[in-house]
Amino acid sequence: MGDVESVGILEKQHSRRTFIKGVIATGATVSSASYLFRGTSLLGAATVQTSTERMLTLNVNGQQRRVDVLPNETLAMTLRYKLNLTGTKLGCDRAECGACTVLIDGVNHYGCSILTHQVRGRAITTIEGLENPDTGELSVVQQAVLEQGGFQCAFCAPGFIMSMTAMVSQNPSVTREEARHALSGNLCRCADYDKILTCAMRAAELARSV
Amino acid sequence: MADKLVGTDYSAPDLRAKITGRARYAEDFRAPGMVFTKLLLSPMPHCRVRNADVSRALALPGVIDVMRASEVPQPEGPSEAVLTDEPKYEGEPILAVTAVDEETAAAAIELIELDLEPLPFVLDPLQSLRPGGPNAYLDGNQFSGQDGWSEFKWTAEDFADIDAGRFPANVTAPVEWSKGDVDAALADADLIIDEAIVHQSATHHPMEPRSTMAYWENGRLHAFVSTQSAQRTKMGMAGALDMDPEQLSFVAEFCGGGFGSKIPGHAHMTLAPLISRKIGRPVMHRVTRYEENYIGRARPGFQSWVRMGFRADGKCTAIDLIIAQDSGPYGAGDFNTAANIADLTYTPGNMRFRGVPMYTNTPPKAAQRGPGGAQINGMLEPLIDKAARELNLDRVAIRLLNAPGPDVGFGPRNGTLTSVFAKEALQKAADMFDWETRRTRSGQRNGSKVTGLGIGLSTYTAGSRGFDGLMVIRPDGKLYVYQGIGNLGTHSISDTARPAAELLGLNWDQVEIVWGDSSRGMPNSSVQAGSQTTHAHTRANYAAAEDALRKIRAIAARTLGGNANAYRVDNGRVMGPGGSMTYAQVAERAIALGGEFDGHVLPEGINAATVPSATMHAGTGLMGVARDNYGGEGSIYSWLAAFTEISLDVETGEVEVIDLVACTDCGTVIHPRSLGAQCFGGSVQGMGLAMSQRWVFDPQYGVPFANRLYTARPPTIKDIPTNYTWDAVHIPDPTSPIGAKGIGEPSVGAGSAMMTTAIADAMGGRCLCRTPLTPDMILAELEGRPLPFGRLDQHVG
Repeated sequence: MGDVESVGILEKQHSRRTFIKGVIATGATVSSASYLFRGTSLLGAATVQTSTERMLTLNVNGQQRRVDVLPNETLAMTLRYKLNLTGTKLGCDRAECGACTVLIDGVNHYGCSILTHQVRGRAITTIEGLENPDTGELSVVQQAVLEQGGFQCAFCAPGFIMSMTAMVSQNPSVTREEARHALSGNLCRCADYDKILTCAMRAAELARSV
Repeated sequence: MADKLVGTDYSAPDLRAKITGRARYAEDFRAPGMVFTKLLLSPMPHCRVRNADVSRALALPGVIDVMRASEVPQPEGPSEAVLTDEPKYEGEPILAVTAVDEETAAAAIELIELDLEPLPFVLDPLQSLRPGGPNAYLDGNQFSGQDGWSEFKWTAEDFADIDAGRFPANVTAPVEWSKGDVDAALADADLIIDEAIVHQSATHHPMEPRSTMAYWENGRLHAFVSTQSAQRTKMGMAGALDMDPEQLSFVAEFCGGGFGSKIPGHAHMTLAPLISRKIGRPVMHRVTRYEENYIGRARPGFQSWVRMGFRADGKCTAIDLIIAQDSGPYGAGDFNTAANIADLTYTPGNMRFRGVPMYTNTPPKAAQRGPGGAQINGMLEPLIDKAARELNLDRVAIRLLNAPGPDVGFGPRNGTLTSVFAKEALQKAADMFDWETRRTRSGQRNGSKVTGLGIGLSTYTAGSRGFDGLMVIRPDGKLYVYQGIGNLGTHSISDTARPAAELLGLNWDQVEIVWGDSSRGMPNSSVQAGSQTTHAHTRANYAAAEDALRKIRAIAARTLGGNANAYRVDNGRVMGPGGSMTYAQVAERAIALGGEFDGHVLPEGINAATVPSATMHAGTGLMGVARDNYGGEGSIYSWLAAFTEISLDVETGEVEVIDLVACTDCGTVIHPRSLGAQCFGGSVQGMGLAMSQRWVFDPQYGVPFANRLYTARPPTIKDIPTNYTWDAVHIPDPTSPIGAKGIGEPSVGAGSAMMTTAIADAMGGRCLCRTPLTPDMILAELEGRPLPFGRLDQHVG
């Protein structure tokens, strides 16, 4: 218990099961509180004390970020409330909507269902990290969405765009039907799905031409 | 020539922010010293808080405050307070704990000892209508401002009819109207379709929960809110907090969906401001999905009985409609609209409506995209098909026969429409679908899969009049359009400015849209609801643009000589007999001239709410400011006709939606791509209502089971039609100088109806008369299995 490295192995197919395993391994309590934001100024409030190290260095959008992380803190909460990367949205808090999707080593994952302690040493990419940092140029997916006027309220857009990014990097020849499957972990309540798929196909086309 | 802006595709000016993560929604704002609020939700559907011992919570390190119901306004009657000591539904907020972080606030809530007195509750409207049945409130189940509370029940004889499956012909209702002679028309009818239909309630579940951040600084409130509207929400929030609206700095640049649940903001947006005022710190009230299920509003369900009379040629000659509505604890108006829309869609001539809105102890109801219309079109369209089948008529032909023409008078006061091209939309959609050829596919079986064809014709309000436009051409040569409407993703903040910009001869890159921040000015605007804004604010902005154009020409004539009317505008210049000027020069000249030219003198007739915003921008350039005085008689309604082909697997109950073909009557098309997306998205939301969005309660304890996204399941990308084509009739509305009508709402009813009719078609015309049509419901019907609940029970599917 408490050895972060032993739970730092991120399974390829991330699931709620591995999330809960991670929670247990880091000594955190499994409860709905895992989905809440816990600040750093604890003022002595009751908390689970373990040997889990709190100061982590995370690799986020190509930068090394030092951050104070609690054992049961989700990546989405760390990004939003500690690193001020609010592009990652919280739509459901627990793996139902995909608004919090981020990339970990290029693979799309729900940020609400991963503990920050599990992603030490991993390359985390958020929506803020897609533009070229030097030129401000949009990624192919962003460019496709901008061209095609994708999304309505767009609260789901960051999550969808991260899933599309993983999709086109894994398979730039993706078909529209395959894209439906690849993006099925993301919910759009405006149901702008037809246009989202058009964006996805355009993104794949752009990815092929790069 | 400047760009053609009306009828062309473009990407909205807020899109880059949305796709880079820079767009900030309410929960994305931070302030130094910000603390967190969490709600204690009622664990019972109706109870009284005898005592709440918060001492241990307050003693928890990090806890700052516990706010009680006694500290917030408590309106009389069936009206909602943000915190209450008599919760009327499971999940209603009782108190709010504020702490240094969310987890501490949640831990503190666990330390609160509640002493609750359980009270009688009712979930199903029919239970409350039964003689001796329970009421949602201690004082009754009906309320009027004049007479207060009373108890309304149907008789044992009425329920003898209902329980025997007969039309309850003798029931009375709090709301009744009729026209023509329904009884005579039914007696004369060649065919009577007589059905009882249940439509479920459905939670709105916008992607963004209704979070709020707020703080006060020197008596001024800074509020960051998730709301559909902007200027109207600001006024509503100021009213609810009893403060001067000009002391409210209100930011709502983005809204992650509302669908009617955040029209003028929402009830709970005042909580963070109230707590912040009390404790003197910025407050984040982050609402979770779980909480959103309770406080986030829902479409009211209906239990309905209908008799429709038809002539042998298929003309509907009578509608006798009874709707008992699940109004939740605080009411909803859907049932009234549903009756009007039934009359409008099928023009029976003879109609009787009995509306029975019933308070229940279920989460609060509110308008949801196409409120009333989406329910009734989804419910009645299968009955039209049933009539067609009985009378051996074509399903499109019977709809063309019954759809309204320009002479329509609908509802109890025989209201008229500004324009109606329902038949044209229906015919065009039928042609696009190739109905004449494809109709033969109906009922074809391939293995376990049966083909069903669906048709939905749906209508809803699509405009309003009389709002203000405000715009300024600045010395940088650009047009700044100040929008008071909200930005919930329909693109109307920019779409409604494009006809105005085109009138002024501007290219789109010469136009800046200013929205979502009250400190930058908001003219008097419509709420962003009822599909109003495209019609209302293309007009209001056009009026302001006409005012600006008049001033531009006057300045050109003064400066360059000649007759003002001889000057024309293009590419950001004004040119005429005396030469030409750039808009930058015109703007500088307007500032030099002052008076009405730069907004120091404002026109008579603009709304008082516009004056502070116009005054704020006086002297910054040439101002166009005007009220929409174009007028017009009649209500503004738009239409969508939707066709689909589905494949129903009769062994699993699974439905595959093969295509969606839609045609709309929405007047002039402003933004084709966005219009296509509205028609699609709304139709898919309607599919969710018809197919998957469950609303299930435990009848014994009054708690909801379908309280998350995976249980109250909206359609996903895997549920959508594989192929989508759409078009419009492209006939302008004659009462607007632009001719555009809104389109957000009718698509939901069309999408729902195309599925209820397609499922019935695949099942050989058997109508389940109940939604949602989940696979288990479909299989139970196909296999003739008895349902484990009453035919008219609500909250079971």
